[in-house]
Amino acid sequence: MNHPVRNTAYRPPSRLEDYPVGTAFPSGHLVDINAAWRSERPVIDTERCTNCLVCWLLCPDGVIRRTGDGGLEIDYDYCKGCGICARECRFDVIHMQKEGS
Amino acid sequence: MMAAGNAFISGNEAIAAGVRLARPQVIAAYPITPQTTVIERLAEMVEDGSLPAEYLHVESEHSALSACIGASAVGARSFTASSSQGLLYMAECLHYASGGRFPVVMMNANRSVALPWNIYGDQRDSLSLLDCGWIQAYAEDAQESLDLVIQAYAIAEHPDVLTPVMINLDGFVLTHTYELVSVPDPVDVDAFLPSFQTTNRMDPDHPMSLGFTAGPRHNQAFKQLQHLAMLSSARVIRETEARYGEVTGRRYPGLVEAFQCDDAEYVIVTLGSVAGTVRPVVERLRSMGERVGLLRIRYMRPFPEEEVRVALAGAKAVGVLEKDISFGYEGTVFTNVNSALTRSDAMPQRLLNFIGGLGGKDIPAVDIESLFSRLKAFDDEATVTFI
Repeated sequence: MNHPVRNTAYRPPSRLEDYPVGTAFPSGHLVDINAAWRSERPVIDTERCTNCLVCWLLCPDGVIRRTGDGGLEIDYDYCKGCGICARECRFDVIHMQKEGS
Repeated sequence: MMAAGNAFISGNEAIAAGVRLARPQVIAAYPITPQTTVIERLAEMVEDGSLPAEYLHVESEHSALSACIGASAVGARSFTASSSQGLLYMAECLHYASGGRFPVVMMNANRSVALPWNIYGDQRDSLSLLDCGWIQAYAEDAQESLDLVIQAYAIAEHPDVLTPVMINLDGFVLTHTYELVSVPDPVDVDAFLPSFQTTNRMDPDHPMSLGFTAGPRHNQAFKQLQHLAMLSSARVIRETEARYGEVTGRRYPGLVEAFQCDDAEYVIVTLGSVAGTVRPVVERLRSMGERVGLLRIRYMRPFPEEEVRVALAGAKAVGVLEKDISFGYEGTVFTNVNSALTRSDAMPQRLLNFIGGLGGKDIPAVDIESLFSRLKAFDDEATVTFI
């Protein structure tokens, strides 16, 4: 399964009466992006990718998404740039690219 | 022994009788003197089937309250009891319960805190935890203890409150003293206290995150809501007492009990069982024509700010008698009373703080008489004195 997608329709509470009573609230969606500390981003060479899913299995943040048409894509809103996918890729089709380059 | 009708039982047994009538589904507690007989009686009730609850044997007070929080999170009514070191050991969980808005009800047997080691009564345990977000009630006698524990569930579970309640009984003086207590009929209590309903229930059909994080942007809003709910509880306490009075015939006076305060010039403010010593002294001095009174604080949180101001409006001198000291300053009850009065137009000319009863030190009637004499004499140099 893919990780939850960001709920772009979500608006954080702005008035006291909008807050839940206590710490109980429906979840299963993400409300903020969280990837600011990444210095390098993994890039998949989709031409050569065999879709073996090892990176998909091993990504500690679960941000590699199966696109449904046999491919994979990385959700850069949540990828921390740890490089595990690039290191573990058995076909050497993921490389780390410096941010801003 | 504790069936409906009159029973000759201790303060602790009155709590157990009240808990049985409130029908909690989960009880988790760890024994500690002088609370032990509460949970012994409850264990017997669960064993003999007269209280259909899960009784959890836990390895600590921290686990006891954690279990109650978990039970509350799945929509179960829960109860725990502790005292002194045990209450302090569960201090972290007290904030979890109030912050998560889990309406757990707890009985605390007020007992001294080590060191020196001591098992006797004073109120330093609960008063040092005044800021943990729990409603705090202080009982004077066994009947009030029973009635408070039943009312506590109605207050804690009210949608405008959803705040846990701690009922305090003075160790030994109240927990172990036997009195005649009227135990209500279960049918009447069921009518007064319906089963616990909450929209925050852990429910596979409606999954939610429970006990989540709230960062700097949102955290304060949750704390502000807790504060507003605690303030709302004052109204709910009064409404609950009125409903309870209709069912049982026993009426309670709200957050404070003002005894002979209307025209009193000299008033002792106190809380818990020692009020039972002050009251006959007030009656005796009144019979001699002295204008003295007793103001008994029944709830420390929410604090009865307005009630204190009204009751003490005409007093010349007021003494706050408490079994507590915030080392290096004054008693915590005194701090609260003083704060309420500074916002009044009728600040008494003298406001004294009498610290007594620490570690179970006796406070006899003759000491109370001498406190009234000191209030009248106006010659105390220090604001805070140990009696």
